[in-house]
Parts: sequence; C-alpha cells; structure tokens
Amino acid sequence: MSSRALDYESLNENVKKAQYAVRGELYLRASELQKEGKKIIFTNVGNPHALGQKPLTFPRQVVALCQAPFLLDDPNVGFLFPADVIARAKHYLSLTSGGLGAYSDSRGIPGVRKEVAEFIERRDGYPSDPELIYLTDGASKGVMQILNTIIRGSSDGILVPVPQYPLYSAAITLNGGTLVPYYLEESANWGLDVNNLRDANREARSKGITVRAMVIINPGNPTGQCLSVTNLKELILFCVQQNLVLMADEVYQQNIYQNERPFVSARKVLLDMGPPISKALQLVSFHTVSKGYWGECGQRGGYFEMINIPPESVDEIYKVSSVSLSPNVPGQIFMGLMVNPPKPGDISYLKFKQESEGVLESLKRRARIMTDGFNSCRNIVCNFTEGAMYSFPQIRLPPKAIEAANKAGKHPDVFYCLKLLEATGISTVPGSGFGQKEGVFHLRTTILPAEEEMPAIMESFKKFNDEFMEQYDDHRGYSRL
Amino acid sequence: MRRFVAERTKYLLKRAVSSSSRSSLLPQFTSCSSSSLYSLYSSSSSSVLDPPSMGFGLGKSAPVSLENINPKVLKCEYAVRGEIVAIAQRLQQQLTENPGSLPFDEILYCNIGNPQSLGQQPITFFREVLALTDHPTILDSSETQGLFSADAIERAWKILDQIPGKATGAYSHSQGVKGLRDTIAAGIEARDGFPADPNDIFLTDGASPGVHMMMQLLIRSEQDGILCPIPQYPLYSASIALHGGTLVPYYLDEATGWGLEVSEVKRQLEEARSKGIIVRALVVINPGNPTGQVLGEENQKQIVEFCKNEGLVLLADEVYQENIYVPEKQFHSFKKVSRSMGYGEKDIALVSFQSVSKGYYGECGKRGGYMEVTGFGAEVREQIYKVASVNLCSNISGQILASLVMSPPKVGDESYESYSAEKDGILSSLARRAKTLEDALNSLEGVTCNKAEGAMYLFPRIRLPEKAIKAAEAAKKAPDAFYALRLLEETGIVVVPGSGFGQVPGTWHFRCTILPQEDKIPAIVERLMEFHKKFMDEYRD
Repeated sequence: MSSRALDYESLNENVKKAQYAVRGELYLRASELQKEGKKIIFTNVGNPHALGQKPLTFPRQVVALCQAPFLLDDPNVGFLFPADVIARAKHYLSLTSGGLGAYSDSRGIPGVRKEVAEFIERRDGYPSDPELIYLTDGASKGVMQILNTIIRGSSDGILVPVPQYPLYSAAITLNGGTLVPYYLEESANWGLDVNNLRDANREARSKGITVRAMVIINPGNPTGQCLSVTNLKELILFCVQQNLVLMADEVYQQNIYQNERPFVSARKVLLDMGPPISKALQLVSFHTVSKGYWGECGQRGGYFEMINIPPESVDEIYKVSSVSLSPNVPGQIFMGLMVNPPKPGDISYLKFKQESEGVLESLKRRARIMTDGFNSCRNIVCNFTEGAMYSFPQIRLPPKAIEAANKAGKHPDVFYCLKLLEATGISTVPGSGFGQKEGVFHLRTTILPAEEEMPAIMESFKKFNDEFMEQYDDHRGYSRL
Repeated sequence: MRRFVAERTKYLLKRAVSSSSRSSLLPQFTSCSSSSLYSLYSSSSSSVLDPPSMGFGLGKSAPVSLENINPKVLKCEYAVRGEIVAIAQRLQQQLTENPGSLPFDEILYCNIGNPQSLGQQPITFFREVLALTDHPTILDSSETQGLFSADAIERAWKILDQIPGKATGAYSHSQGVKGLRDTIAAGIEARDGFPADPNDIFLTDGASPGVHMMMQLLIRSEQDGILCPIPQYPLYSASIALHGGTLVPYYLDEATGWGLEVSEVKRQLEEARSKGIIVRALVVINPGNPTGQVLGEENQKQIVEFCKNEGLVLLADEVYQENIYVPEKQFHSFKKVSRSMGYGEKDIALVSFQSVSKGYYGECGKRGGYMEVTGFGAEVREQIYKVASVNLCSNISGQILASLVMSPPKVGDESYESYSAEKDGILSSLARRAKTLEDALNSLEGVTCNKAEGAMYLFPRIRLPEKAIKAAEAAKKAPDAFYALRLLEETGIVVVPGSGFGQVPGTWHFRCTILPQEDKIPAIVERLMEFHKKFMDEYRD
C-alpha cells in the first residue's frame, strides 16, 4: 500500500476547515513553553477552577455521597457530611434508575429536568415543560446537536454575532453549513443594532443562502455585553419575520457585573410579548454548570430548553439524543443542585451563600481591575465587562508591528499575543479567533486569575505593551477602529 | 413523560409502515438518493424570495420542521431506545397509575446493556476513589480513614496529583488528563505485552463519541463507505447515517456461531467498490454485539492482514473485552494481534474503543471511555485533536474511572480481595445467566440461539409460522417487531427486534440482555416459555 488508509488528503473537508482558536495555536505554544518550565498564566479559556477558584462545598459533598452510596449505611457518615447533604444525596439517588452508574433517560433524569423547569419558572415567571428540557454533556453538545438538526448543507446559513465564541463557527463548519456574521458595535459597548442583522440577512439571501437560525450569546462571549429587553424584543420580531430559529446561549446568565442591564432570558421576553409572537418563535435556550459562580467545567453538565418546536421535530431530536444513550449522571446531578441550591434555613445555606457571593463579588472586582488596566494603556481601548468572564480589549497596532507580523506570516493579533506569551507567560486568544472587523485587532483574556495576582499580571502586561510599542511605534498612527 | 410518550407512540404508530420497512432494509446499502433530497428541501426556501412576512412558526415553513430538518437526522435510526421502549414506558406508567391492569407486575427492560439499572452493584474501590476525587476536602479529615480503604485514599491522592491544581472541576487537556492517559497506556501495555503511547489516547464521554469522531473524519460524502458487521450495534448505522456516509454490510455467519469470514468481507468490499463506493474502514465488534461471539486469534490475523492490504482503517470496538464467559476463548486486542504480526504504525491504521460501561464495572451513567488511535500521520492526529478540542474535554470523573478500569487493584493491595470477589461474582453470575437464558431460548419451538461467548446479549433466531407473518403484515409490522410487541404486552419483557441490528433478509431475531438479576431469571424464563407456547399455539400452521 503506497498511501495510508487515512491520510490528510482524504479527510472530511469540513473537519479540515473547522477552527477552534480557544485551544489553537496560542494554547499549543503556551503548553510547549510550560513543558519547558516557563510559568504560564492560562487566560485562554473560561476555566475558573484551573486558576484557583474553589468548587462550592455543598454540591461536591452531595455528589461524593452519590458516588459511594454505601457510605450512607455507615453510622459515622454524619461526621463528614451534614444532614442536608445526606438528604439531598438520597433524593438524587432516588431519582436515578440505579444510581450514578446507570444510563438515565436519554433526555436526562426526569426528576432533575423537573427541577430545571421549576428554576426556569421561578426565574421567568412562566411555567416550563420538563419534557422539552434535555440535559446534555455540557451546553456545547446541545449546541452541536441543534445545529446538526438544522443544517442540511452549505446553502443553510446561521446568523452568528461577531465577535463570537468559536464553538459556533466550528460547529457550523463541521456540519457543512455557512456562518452569516452580524457585527456587534464596539463603539456602543458591543451593542446589537438590528440594522446590522437586517443587512447581514439580506446579503446572505442575495448569495442564495437560506438563513435558518440566529445565535445570540447573552451575556456575550467574548464581548461580555448584556442585551437589553428592547434589543431582545427587536431580535425576536426579526426572527419571527424571517422565519428563523433563535438559539439563545445564556450560559453566563449568573455572571452580571452591573445593574443597568440585568439578565433577562430570551424566553421571558418572548412570553411577555404574548401571542401571536410568543407562539410563533422557535427558541432553544442553553445553560451550563461550567460558568456562573459554579465553574464546574470538568463535570460536563448542561441543558437546552425548546419552545415552540413541533412535536415531530422534538422526536427527531430525541432520537439523536438516544444514540448517545444518556448524558453523564453526575453532571446531571450538578445541574439539579445548581438550579435547586440550598435555601435559607438549610444547614449548608450560609456557607453556600458565602462561597457563592465571594466568587461573584470577586469576579466583579476583577472585571473592573482588568478593564481599567487595559484602558490605562495608550494604544488600548477596552469596553467594560458587563457580564460573562472575559475582557476583549482592542489593541491598536502601529504599522511597523503589522509589517513585522506579515513578515512572520502571522495575523497581527496572533503576532502580538505570541510575543505577549513569550515575554510574560500570559496565554490569551487572539481576536481573530472570534472574528472582528477588518484591520481591527483584539485579544481575549479571562478575568479569572486569582484576585491577588491580578495587579501583578496587569503590571506585567503593561510592561510588555510599553516595550512592544517602544519597539514598533514610530508615531505614524495606529490601526484604527 | 406521559404526554411525550403518548404523543410519540401515536406518532410512531403512524410512521410504523415506513419505519418497519426501513429498518428491515438496514443490511442493504443506504441508497444514493439523499444528496438529491437537499434540492427537494430547498423548496421550503420559497420564503427567501417572498417579502418578509409574519410567517408564524408552526406550520409547513416553520424553521425547524420535518420538511426542513437535516435529512441525515431523519435517516438515522437507533432501535435500542426506539419504538418498543417508548411503548414499554407507556405501559410502565399504566402499571404505576393502575396496578393490576396488565398481566404482569413489572416491566423488565432487557433491551439495553445497562447493568446497574437492573441491580448490578458498582465496584466499591472505584466508587471510593471517585467519591474522594469529587470531594478532595475530606482527604484531610481523620474520619475519612475510617470510612474509606487506605488504598482508595492513596489512589485518590495519586490521581489528584496528576491533575493541575488538583482541580477536578477544570477542563482538562482535550485528550484527557495526561497522568490518567499514562495510567491507561500502562494498562494497555500490561494487557497486551506491547507498548502504548499516552499521546495516542483520547478520553471521551463514553466510547460512542469516539466512534462519532472517527465517522466524521472518515466520511466526506455518501460515496464513502464503512464496512459494518450485520448484525451490528446500531450506533454504527446511526452514526454513518448522521455523517452522510454509506454503510457497507458484511454478514456474520449464524450457522457457525456468528463467524466472521474474511472472504465475505472481501466480497462485500468489492461489490461496494464496483458501485463506486470508496470503502474507508472496517468495523469489527469483538466480543460481538448483539451476537456475543469472541473472535479467534487466527481470524483476527486475517482481518488485520485484510485491512492492511486493502488500505482500510480498522475500527475495533472492544468495549466488551472483559465480558468473556467461555474458557476456550480469550480476548486479544487487535493492537496486540497487529503488533504480534510485526505490523506497526506504518502498516496499519487502527482505532481501538474501550468503555467503562460494560465489563464487570457496568458504569454506563458515568460516560467514560477512550479511543487509542495508532497508525495515523501527525497531520491527521492534529485534526482529531482539533475536533476533540471544540468540545473542550470529556467529563473528568469519567476520565478517572477509565484509568481505574485499566489499572484496578493488584494482588497485595488492601482492596484486592474484596475487589476480586466483587468482580468474580459479577462475571460468574453473568456467565450463569447467559447459559440459563441460552438454554431456555433453545428450548422454545422454532427458536435457535447461538451461545453468548461474551458481551451481554443473546440474539436468538425465531422461525415464525406463516400465519404469524401474515398477522404481522396486517399490523404493518416486521414479524420480529410484531413478536417483540406481543411479548411485551403479555409478559412485560422488553427486547429489541432483530431488524434494529440488521439480519439476513427473511430471517427474524430479537436481542435480549442477560442482565436481569439472577433471582429474576427463573420467572423470566417461565414467562417467556409460557408466552412462546401460547403464541405458537395461536399461529401454528
């Protein structure tokens, strides 16, 4: 055999085309440097526990007991686990069909889905149907599944915000579809202008693309902006007019750092609008245990909720879920605990509240430290992180730097980020990984490094940036917005 | 559950004509018409040309409706949790609401390899380690020494040291925690006697996502074919359909204990090629599902040679490697066989799948598994890594469990004896249940059942009288689905009709697991025999 059974040339083209910068070039380079002994600060991915955030105590206690139910028979178990933890472990075990080791219903444990529905009802003021809530191994799997259901081929387009979290671009490419970008307005705090949506949609149609769905990420990733109710109403109407499914990625709904725009779910706004709109829009909403103040990325717990999807389509979605049998049961229990946390009066409540608030308050402070730190650099403009976990500063690069980047065969923001990494160990993701306007450069960093390390990190960054500008700036002017 | 199941059942019964005829066609090539289906569906894009109007979601032009859903999703089938299970769940609901309303007290799910849902206990040592790694705070407490075995505590520490920051809640490396992959590689080497590279290992949420990844990589269009055994575990047919490829069936020989004849595989390969199909890979499930046969080493060598010569990727589903019930057979991994033939990275592209769901550990709900990918060039491996990275990583608890399964307690460890007793207890019980059920099935009129040498299933062949076949046709069902439904309605036993797995056209089977607890087996056998006699009495010619 002269050629290998599976060589690069004969791979699925969609796989070759797909990109996922979050664990791409910068991350790989950072890992190499780490192996060589360099201290790396990984700010490339929203992975709180990797940067020292501690897991909440209560859920870990409950899941540990569920893992080892024989402990419940030991008279000494009360020394290690408070009574409400023991009760909760028994509750979840009773909801399973054989403990953590049995495949559950392919949609997830019915009792947990009921808890999710109750959470959604409390949050939005409208009842939610557990039958239309599917638990998944992380929200990403749910996103992939819905996109796979919608996309038939390359003439199907999905409207995606730019900048976007590159799961969307990767998943659309893997499924053979077309990404239709709509730009967020950096100068308006990454606001969504419905005219941009209309333009993007019209342009896609003129190219023969059938736009099938629209993605919103609220709060935004990497941009952090929270959508206003007005914005949500406009885009809901737009989706109904254009016959689009609305995919609402709301995984950061618990990460809000200002009071002007609290989180309001797309579902609530839709239902507030009443019939006929509330019955017309097809909506899928996504949530996870990976973000918020839980940060339990490694558990792979998530769900999607479907609104106004016809029963036959739900059946098809169920069918595909059944091929994977079931989402992981511990992750499902984390989800149950997240939507149904300790309440006032519970033994574990005070500690839980203290731990949760501690994380959120600290995130808020870190969001501020980072934004201010970036804005104090003369060539950097950074919108405030209203929500989510990231900072997405715009780096204005002098022409000499851009030339150097081109010479090195690298996109200018990649060039900048690689130099930043090598000088300081700070591992970011270049803005090109998320999409941005032509000639404008950003990087994405998380606000997750430990609070006590933040000042030093920002100092280190500023020092690098000053030196970089010293090297490449000849005062001819910067790359402009 | 009720509303969904009731509606789904109604809908499924409406679809029964198309689905039953479609599923019995499973062994056939999926026809090449799906690409032309795209142009059919673009008629719904008429809304693109219309001026924007208040197209109210529900109805023909709704954004996600059957008319415009991805046709590959429509084509994909998965019988293990299909129609008959939906009906069983409805009956179970009925039993809860109205006890005594059915001729049985409980539904016995024999449709799915889900041991712990039927009372099998997890391995204590594994769960101790998982509890400790889930809640490492207690490792510092003195009470912990009293509640957990010392080697579990030690193993938990060792694992936590392999995880950066001991943070089990953090996304890991997209291939899985390096230290855990080291452990798995060492386990593979201990099992096979040939080295394994941790960089070849990709930890996944169960083995199934690994299979999907490989199908995604291999299938470019319907012209790409994947050779699959018939009968097969329908993850393969479903995954191939979802990725838009073509399933190229090769029949296992029921007369020779579900033997795999390389000449048959070659015949099917050549026929596919003559139709313009580019055959990319060969799936082998060893031990087999649903068929339970364990391949002999000579057979495996022929398969390896065949793949090497024909330039096929060998996809070796080895999730039942620890479920062998006959002393005359042993598990040999395809990696071991290839290496023992002197074939290395340059000679054969091989992907081996393993899972924590089966064996004696049966930890289905954990979604732990891995694929070991060997014989691919660096640029291909980069692509596999890239696809894995989009999902960031598999669940950490499952990763830890995979490492435990591949390196369980050893002689001399504190937990070894109790671990060993638990393991042997489960495996010997499975062997007994396999034999009891096999004998019972073979005693039924018109039924023959090959031995379950391994795995967790029996796949008896039922020969139905002409009258029964006609009754099935009248009910618009495949004969084995008709039989399985009657079995369910009269005994509460849930099996999966053979058409869900593929079978030689004109033959009928069903798959039944060997998993109900041992004390339930006599009752199952009794009910089964009683039902079968009644059925045959009713339909005998």
